[in-house]
Amino acid sequence: MFNAYYLQVLVVVGINTILALGLNLITGITGQLSLGHAAFMSIGAYTSAILSLKYQLPFAVVLLSGAFMAAFFGIILGFPTLRLSGDYLAITTLGFAEITKVVLLNMESAGKALGLAGIPQKANVYNVYVLVIVVVFALIRLINSRVGRAFQAIREDEIAAEATGIPITRYKIMAFAIGSFLAGLGGGLYAHYLTYINPTDFGFLKSIEILNMVVLGGMGSIPGSVLGALILTVVPEMLRFVQDYRMLFYGVVLIFLMIFRPNGLLGGVSLTKMLSTRKRRNLETNN
Amino acid sequence: MFFQQLINGITLGSTYALIALGYTMVYGVLKLINFAHGEIYMFGAFVGMIMVTTFRLSIIPAFIISMLLSSLLGMGIEMIAYRPLRKSTRITALISAIGVSIFLQNLGILIMGPATRPFPRSIRSYYVNLGAIKIDILQIIILIVSIILMVALHLLVKNTKVGKAMRATALDKDAAYLMGINVNRIITITFAIGSALGAAAGVLIGLYFNSVSPLMGSMPGLKGFVAAVLGGIGNIPGAMLGGVILGVIETLGAAYISSAYRDAIAFAVLIIILLVKPSGIMGVNVREKV
Repeated sequence: MFNAYYLQVLVVVGINTILALGLNLITGITGQLSLGHAAFMSIGAYTSAILSLKYQLPFAVVLLSGAFMAAFFGIILGFPTLRLSGDYLAITTLGFAEITKVVLLNMESAGKALGLAGIPQKANVYNVYVLVIVVVFALIRLINSRVGRAFQAIREDEIAAEATGIPITRYKIMAFAIGSFLAGLGGGLYAHYLTYINPTDFGFLKSIEILNMVVLGGMGSIPGSVLGALILTVVPEMLRFVQDYRMLFYGVVLIFLMIFRPNGLLGGVSLTKMLSTRKRRNLETNN
Repeated sequence: MFFQQLINGITLGSTYALIALGYTMVYGVLKLINFAHGEIYMFGAFVGMIMVTTFRLSIIPAFIISMLLSSLLGMGIEMIAYRPLRKSTRITALISAIGVSIFLQNLGILIMGPATRPFPRSIRSYYVNLGAIKIDILQIIILIVSIILMVALHLLVKNTKVGKAMRATALDKDAAYLMGINVNRIITITFAIGSALGAAAGVLIGLYFNSVSPLMGSMPGLKGFVAAVLGGIGNIPGAMLGGVILGVIETLGAAYISSAYRDAIAFAVLIIILLVKPSGIMGVNVREKV
């Protein structure tokens, strides 16, 4: 029952959970739509893979270096762009992701279009899930802290948040940095599990895949992101029997899910939250 | 050399402008980034190609049929995938648009196969020589057709009743509805026009590069969106200007900096422009009211 194939799916679920949780912090909790999450993942993956291959550093060190490198780029991108709002931010993150991909495709030390192969397989089901648990607990603590409340205030109403004394740009950058850090962490695990990475693994479609996990599970909900990552990793695997029709189904499933469950499967899980979002939703539809 | 590249850039840019118009019009009325637009462009190119090869039509009827069928596709997409989501959040509609895009792309792969197919050159080769510059007659045709379509669109939006209703809907959907405008019909018309323009760009690019493939829509789709944002999204003259600027910068960048970084240049320009002028070149800065 627990053969190698199931084990692999399980590990990928864990890695995707970390990626989805990172994006959930940026998009679901702080309300900043990012279409370039895979770029931060690729930065983490490449940084850690190069450190592993060239310098044979310990796994924990390369993983953290990759994550910090991704966070660093998140801050660099965040500084000028987080002043932009809504769709303009979305397109900037998309642009950043495309630029990252093109740079990696042309970078000598990143193996150009061939990518990097022979990365030591150091990620396994144990260390991936230990990290998932650590990340989930850290995020729950974060969201219920002063910083987390500031994030949510920004999502609900930027102007009101600013009026109550929240420095919104600083908090947005913070959310972006933490989300990118998690993307980099996920990327590092991905590289050290599949042992082979290629710039095209981290294209627009990957960013969209992660966004789908967040939206499917329910924006802003941590159990939602975990569930979204689980479903959107396992369902495409189950759809393997339809082979060529797989992506076709994927597209249809997305459309139907949005039509019938527009707020995701677990949109606002806790009871108090559910009541308040319902009230807000009523107000919005009356507008 | 420079002028040659400039003309190549303007040719490419005018097709980006046609794609960008579809994005900007839909964004204007629905505030939705219609990610399926790149696939409508792909569909248009395929219809044009099939009309020319299988049905042996000449290029002009093929061009018109492609625009008509694509506008039907655009209207269908709006009715099935976007209309039920009119009341929900914008990100929901965005994901639905991405779903449509993935669906159409893979449908194209299933029906036509993943390989690139040639688009028969149905216009006689002819080059205009201006000193050192050599202009392909096709480039002139692309430019003229794009200008005609854009002028027609401009006149439609500025001078007809439908155009007025479209502008009213873009400004305030609820107020437009109260003024007796059939908002749903206007949105359908907007999708039809935007999709027809996208298909026109698809056929022109198919002819120009002599190839069509199911995956041809994704990059030009993104670039069309970039062009729309560059000019100021929701703004029709802005989309035209943004498209041409993007095409020129991209071509010159590929020629003088590095062709490997071609796609990166387009996006880098976008980021720089947004940092200097966050609402795009011709966008009006709307102050948020509390």
